[in-house]
Amino acid sequence: MTSPLISVKNLTLRFKTDEGLVTAIDNVSFDIAPGEVLGLVGESGSGKSVTAKALMMLNADNAVYDDKSQITLRVDDKEIDVLSLKRPQEQMVIRGGAVSMIFQEPMASFAPAITIGDQMVEQLMIHSDMTRARAKEISIEMLTRVGIPEPAQRFGQYAFEFSGGMRQRAMIAMALSTKPKLLIADEPTTALDVTIQAQVIDLMKDLVKEFHMSILFITHDLGVIAQTADRVAVMYLGNVVETGTVRQVINSPAHPYTRGLMNSLPKLDDLDSPLSPIPGDIPSPLDRPSGCVFHTRCQESEAIAEKCRTEIPVYTIDSANHQVACHLATQGDQT
Amino acid sequence: MSNVLIAARDLSVHFPLSGGLFGEKPVVRACEGINIEIEKGSFFGLVGESGSGKTTLGRAMLKAAPITHGQVIYTDDDITYDLGTLKGSELKEYRKRAQLIFQDPYAALSPRMTVRDIIAEPLEVMGLTSSREETDAKVREIAAKCRLNLEHLRRFPHAFSGGQRQRISIARALVSDPHFIVADESVAALDVSIQADVLNLLNSIQRESGITFLFISHDLSVIAHTCDFVAVMYLGQIVEAAPTRKLFSDTAHPYTKALLSAIPSLDPDVSGHAQKLEGEIPSPINPPPGCRFNTRCPNAQDRCRKEVPEWREMSSGHHVACHFSEELFG
Repeated sequence: MTSPLISVKNLTLRFKTDEGLVTAIDNVSFDIAPGEVLGLVGESGSGKSVTAKALMMLNADNAVYDDKSQITLRVDDKEIDVLSLKRPQEQMVIRGGAVSMIFQEPMASFAPAITIGDQMVEQLMIHSDMTRARAKEISIEMLTRVGIPEPAQRFGQYAFEFSGGMRQRAMIAMALSTKPKLLIADEPTTALDVTIQAQVIDLMKDLVKEFHMSILFITHDLGVIAQTADRVAVMYLGNVVETGTVRQVINSPAHPYTRGLMNSLPKLDDLDSPLSPIPGDIPSPLDRPSGCVFHTRCQESEAIAEKCRTEIPVYTIDSANHQVACHLATQGDQT
Repeated sequence: MSNVLIAARDLSVHFPLSGGLFGEKPVVRACEGINIEIEKGSFFGLVGESGSGKTTLGRAMLKAAPITHGQVIYTDDDITYDLGTLKGSELKEYRKRAQLIFQDPYAALSPRMTVRDIIAEPLEVMGLTSSREETDAKVREIAAKCRLNLEHLRRFPHAFSGGQRQRISIARALVSDPHFIVADESVAALDVSIQADVLNLLNSIQRESGITFLFISHDLSVIAHTCDFVAVMYLGQIVEAAPTRKLFSDTAHPYTKALLSAIPSLDPDVSGHAQKLEGEIPSPINPPPGCRFNTRCPNAQDRCRKEVPEWREMSSGHHVACHFSEELFG
């Protein structure tokens, strides 16, 4: 088996705030293999974006990483301990070098007063020793590759002159121009219309094959995950509650939260099925529930409620590497 | 007797832009030649992408957008209002009967007012109650209906989550006992587990009180689950309208078809490669001639670029605006 491109182990991250330490991510572990698309699903406040930013050390200065946290990136047979990179010079490898990121709102991620082309060229020149002329050539090539018509003219335009879909394509072109090993895509299609979303998803699928890179694909949309990811990690309130292949998680969800998500989705092929919401709201991270973080909203935990309230569930792993953190799953195995 | 509560007849809404010194000023044609009828007690869905004019149409039906051409007729009990010419006391009366629920529950509630004051405001402004006790009783009744905790009425909106805030917005819209509610992307800002809860609440309100809803959304699967009737909008025009199940089983417009196939399937083994649209929605300032969808339509022919397709009835209750519906889907 090939070693993973990036391994996250026991990642725990708290933010120092006026109201005390807020736990944003609690003991999260996952691997991404080369060429693999890992989908990270969860609702707002579940810690998806904070996890992604941790991989690039982009969280604000008030972030405190727990001592046990470990993020290891393997580039050209070298292991890089991401969390030990402190100086900007060292961090270049995780910021646009081997790791790139595309964001949800492309208008906010481009500088409004610098042309798209200049921003692409700047990035290329920082990360390599190529000439300006060569960087421009590569940028236009990338714009062509992502399907932007008349790339040479577009190169000299500003972000506001692009439509939403075109901006996101330009963002992808820019992120991929340095040939990263890992692309972090944080809700890349959420701000787009469905017909444009379908175009961008197709484009991303093609690019994964062509560049043989890995993607950490963050979204709240299970449909988008089903169409893009190889494996899925489901997050709730800073914990990964379930991990498995996309078929395992979507077709036979093992955690009550994942099942709840699936049941609350309106499905087009079954208009008669009622929508069953998950009762209650996501608790405040300032006031994390004890034991299993999901027990305040869980509809299945009554049988062993006491255990759910007091004990943190450990991962159970079945033969096909489908992991779930739930006391009910452990019980199921014993009987 | 016709059972139509509100109808748009050949409705157009144009917004003039400040243009150059000479010549005609450019105009944004947000809605053009819209014909819809919303039946009393129905849950009418309006779906379209951003820029299709669905919000403008919703606002025109509340007389919150200028009606450039055509009519919006509201018929209820013994009264008939022509919204284009409505003013004075009749307009005030219409405001009581027609309400709006907004998209973003974080922006729609004043941070300086308690939940009780937010819900009570329409009652006070419209003079629907005569004493503070009566107002309070009405607020409590509506809050309970929207499953708000009565203890929370003294709090301010910042203390609530998105789902709870949206229930507060719904309570405010319901408090004047309206007969018609426009819900504009009312679940778009919510997480799926909360979205299902709000949709169920809207559905149960509709069943219990018989209020007519115009439900605007970009999400066809949400529309499919809540609405009885769906109209699909593209670039200021309605391209297809039908009872929900009919729209899905007998799709007759290529744009509806494309919208359906663009929704990512939940089954990893089914990839929706059926019919992907190229390009993007053109500008409503200068819409393409003929059928407005011709620049992106996979089946566009010469006739589509010249001739505006007629809004015609395919079968009972199923309208479409496409030259080739029969050939394509028949």
